[in-house]
Amino acid sequence: MIGLLRRDLTLALRAGGGFGLGLAFFLIVVTLIPFAVGPDTTVLARIAPGILWLGALLACLLSLDRLFALDREDGSLDLLATAPIPLEGVVAVKSVAHWLTTGLPLVLAAPVFGVLMNLPAPGYGWLTLSLALGTPALSVIGAFGASLTVGLKRGGLLLSLLVLPLYIPTLVFGAELARRGAEGLDPGAALPLLAGISLACLALMPFASAAAIRVNLR
Amino acid sequence: MSSFWEYANPKRFMQISSAAVPWIGGAALLCLVIGLGWGFFYTPDDFRQGSTVKIIYLHVPAALMAINAWLMMLVASLVWLIRRHHVSALAARAAAPVGATLTVIALATGAIWGQPMWGTWWVWDPRLTSFLILFLFYLGYIALWEAIEDPDTAADLTSVLCLVGSVFALLSRYAVLFWNQGLHQGATLSLDKEENISNVYYVPLLISIAGFVLFFISLVLYRTRTEIRARRLRALIARERLA
Amino acid sequence: MIPDLGKYASEVLSAYAVSFLLLVLIVAVSVKRSMTVRNRLRAFEARRKKR
Repeated sequence: MIGLLRRDLTLALRAGGGFGLGLAFFLIVVTLIPFAVGPDTTVLARIAPGILWLGALLACLLSLDRLFALDREDGSLDLLATAPIPLEGVVAVKSVAHWLTTGLPLVLAAPVFGVLMNLPAPGYGWLTLSLALGTPALSVIGAFGASLTVGLKRGGLLLSLLVLPLYIPTLVFGAELARRGAEGLDPGAALPLLAGISLACLALMPFASAAAIRVNLR
Repeated sequence: MSSFWEYANPKRFMQISSAAVPWIGGAALLCLVIGLGWGFFYTPDDFRQGSTVKIIYLHVPAALMAINAWLMMLVASLVWLIRRHHVSALAARAAAPVGATLTVIALATGAIWGQPMWGTWWVWDPRLTSFLILFLFYLGYIALWEAIEDPDTAADLTSVLCLVGSVFALLSRYAVLFWNQGLHQGATLSLDKEENISNVYYVPLLISIAGFVLFFISLVLYRTRTEIRARRLRALIARERLA
Repeated sequence: MIPDLGKYASEVLSAYAVSFLLLVLIVAVSVKRSMTVRNRLRAFEARRKKR
């Protein structure tokens, strides 16, 4: 499984692997927001946690369709399906690779972009924590969407339509955690709920994804 | 219960449904006319809500059926995954657009009903927001069916989506409640179903609900028949192409 | 005929109108789809018999 992880990481980090696109997209979204809502820093400060969460979420979405599609095209997905590791494990490892190359950079970049959005001082830590807890869920949920659409030629838009509603609970608790942190309030139930969702998704989503891949490989 | 599975046989299903659809459809029309007519013309205005209370006869049944439609799709998807009865998968496919339409009716009537009270056409009321999310799930499900060519693959993938979607829909319901409570808004006005059910409204409401239920059943049966024919057509064309 | 709906007349009537329209719409779409499929099936089977 480590071998698979290393392989996916290498592929993503290579030229043409799409690494950094997510970050660039995140930056672009954050840049566009003030043009859309006006440069008033009090307004920006108020919406900063939510916008940063939304930007990270959308950036995560971008790299999802290459999660399985490239392997399917060159036949390696069939090989992986028949490998000694269970397919669920393959999905989990690929999700981890996705998170390391997409989610984690977003988590690290978010505080930096928070400066652009006038994020209040206490918010930086909570934003980073909420994204760190939430982005793994985004990766595994996204992997499920990717597994459904892996057989489709231009499944990108459908992938978004399927995945974005599934992202809502994670977004709600993640953004709420970030917002409460930014306002200096007690995080309350948001923290355990976010962590709970992430853990549950990490544990259960690979099974659904593997089932979908098996169907698509038939 | 074992005889129930006879209907899973497409031919048998077509026989039974061709007789059933007109009757159930007729009963639906009757209940809708009586329930809505009684409610619209003969029930009094509410003390607080005025005549807008009459919207209840549309909003509550539509909302109930919007959820029940998804539940039916869930059950049908499970039956497909476990017992591989094609009629079941096709019934789920047939039900989705009906459920989506009912969701829109629930949303529209809910918004219209709330407007005089809220002063605006939409607030992110937990219940309405949940229905908006449900509508998105319907759209995704329908889109997936349309996107996949092979019917059995489509049936499998949409069934898995329905299962996973059901869990997330439930999760979203609680997330939305958390989300709106946590906003420190003033009194979040939600259209509480239980609020206004005094006897005078109750019976026409029940009849309207029955009307919507029967409408759903008859229309889904009708649409499933179409799906079975469409599947047959596709199979015939494919066979001809191979020959 | 229409009862005195008071100041909420437009709301109530538009709710009923929208609902009615949507119900008619989904029924119409379903009927159209059914007709299309039945016609194509009939045409297909007629062609097959001719051979």
